[in-house]
Amino acid sequence: MVLDYFMSLDPMALLRAMPGTAAQGLIWGIMALGVYITYRILDFPDLTVDGSLATGAATAVMLIQGGMHPALSLVFALLAGMAAGFVTGILHTALGIPGILASILTQVSLYSVNLVIMGKSNQGISLTQQGLVASSRYVTADDSVFFFLKLILACLVLVAVVYWFFGTEMGASIRATGCNPQMARAQGINTDYAKVLALMISNGLVGLCGGVLAQYQGAADVNMGRGAIVIGLAAVIISEVIFGKLCAGRKIAFAYTLAAVFVGAILYYVAYALVLWFKMPSDYMKLFSALVVALFLAVPYLKEQRALKRRS
Amino acid sequence: MGYMLEIQNIYKTFNRGTINEKKALDGVNLNLNPGDFVTIIGGNGAGKSTTLNAIAGTWLVDEGKIIVDGTDITRLPEHKRAVYLGRVFQDPMTGTAATMSIEENMAIASRRGEHRGLGWGITRKEREEYKRQLKTLDLGLEDRLSSKVGLLSGGQRQAITLLMAAAKKPKLLLLDEHTAALDPKTAAKVLAISDKIIEEHNLTAMMVTHNMKDAIAHGNRLVMMHEGRIIYDVSGEEKKRLHVSDLLNKFEEVSGGEFANDRMMLS
Repeated sequence: MVLDYFMSLDPMALLRAMPGTAAQGLIWGIMALGVYITYRILDFPDLTVDGSLATGAATAVMLIQGGMHPALSLVFALLAGMAAGFVTGILHTALGIPGILASILTQVSLYSVNLVIMGKSNQGISLTQQGLVASSRYVTADDSVFFFLKLILACLVLVAVVYWFFGTEMGASIRATGCNPQMARAQGINTDYAKVLALMISNGLVGLCGGVLAQYQGAADVNMGRGAIVIGLAAVIISEVIFGKLCAGRKIAFAYTLAAVFVGAILYYVAYALVLWFKMPSDYMKLFSALVVALFLAVPYLKEQRALKRRS
Repeated sequence: MGYMLEIQNIYKTFNRGTINEKKALDGVNLNLNPGDFVTIIGGNGAGKSTTLNAIAGTWLVDEGKIIVDGTDITRLPEHKRAVYLGRVFQDPMTGTAATMSIEENMAIASRRGEHRGLGWGITRKEREEYKRQLKTLDLGLEDRLSSKVGLLSGGQRQAITLLMAAAKKPKLLLLDEHTAALDPKTAAKVLAISDKIIEEHNLTAMMVTHNMKDAIAHGNRLVMMHEGRIIYDVSGEEKKRLHVSDLLNKFEEVSGGEFANDRMMLS
């Protein structure tokens, strides 16, 4: 029986799945970059992303259906995501709702918004649609190398932009707000403004990811963002566990960290592909994702606890 | 010449209407001349730190007015008042951003009250200036500009916070028991740095302390608070002649016998 099971596993199938896996990882990495901004830089557990991902996707698909160029539609996917982040930010800062709850409220309401944008629960892009920024078709095409080069280049540009932004005066004020809000206010930083801004940038990236993902999959679905935050966290945490020591103390450690988030996302999808390849039912995938995140979050904590116990 | 700080009859009650109601400020009045350096002493809950927080805008006062150099700041949010103020806190962790480098922290402080745009967060010229300032601290920090502040000791962090507070030459420097969490030797060093910075920039300053010797030795004016009010205010020659015993007597006079339990005895 066991032997049969192993015999039935086809290594080539896993290998064939890898390009698609890598592409998905890179695309989800855009969202993970957004999650990094809220979770790590702003220290704000933002669950808006589960909604804003689909908002970006829905916006892009509807605009493409309406005849807009797919590349241009991504600008609007980004703006739609930013609007979602803005709402969470206002709920939290102007209306005093605790951060995590504010983001849940936005996320829930976005479900309706996304249905309104699409008119139904999912909308597809025509198979003959030209000029898509990303598509699973490109992965299997002869010139797939160029697609990957373009995708990697685009991700590196995003890393560069985020790196640059957080080096500016405005970016530094967001980092200070996330690290020590009391210090930030004492230094004249409007921490409310900084939080809203960071949430907008983060969700803008998430919306952008949604737009690219919809093009890649050829459709937007109202449920496509469900559990996205967990994938984003997984990517961030995997990258930290694996690359944390490598990046530490380097001159542009921050840029490495941001790039590592993409690698974390790819590794997450490689693990995902492996699980599927082992013929685990795909119904278990969300459970698997949550376990990965729980494990990676728990290990550093437990290590510390043990070290403390040993010291005392 | 006008006052640098005018505190007019401010009141603050926390948790009003609950069992934890606490009248923290009960009609505080204080005027500071430009260049005044006042030390504030008093028992726990006397309203010393509360007065500083009222000025800094941690929350808004219930009644009264706070005017800094002619500008009424009573209703301004905390980050807007920061333009006029330099602050150092009791907890060395509070004044700096641990995950950011020394130079980044200083760059943030040197933009206090300015628009923070998309210009690079720190310039080469600034870096040289920060290096020069850090050198004056004599703590060996001038070679560690890109070190994360979180890696530094409490004393080093307070020294950097002092530099940051003095950046932009604030109208008023607020030192809230900023040496209380340090060991005696480091505390003395940080106090010396405080004196130097205040003198160098000719700052108007307020320093809350539990240490009566420090309160006498530093500044040109001394204020004692009790139960949310200023009960004693000396300056000039009279302050110079003060002894710790005078302050203890004064304190006993207003508080009855209860002072024996108070933390003030320890200092």
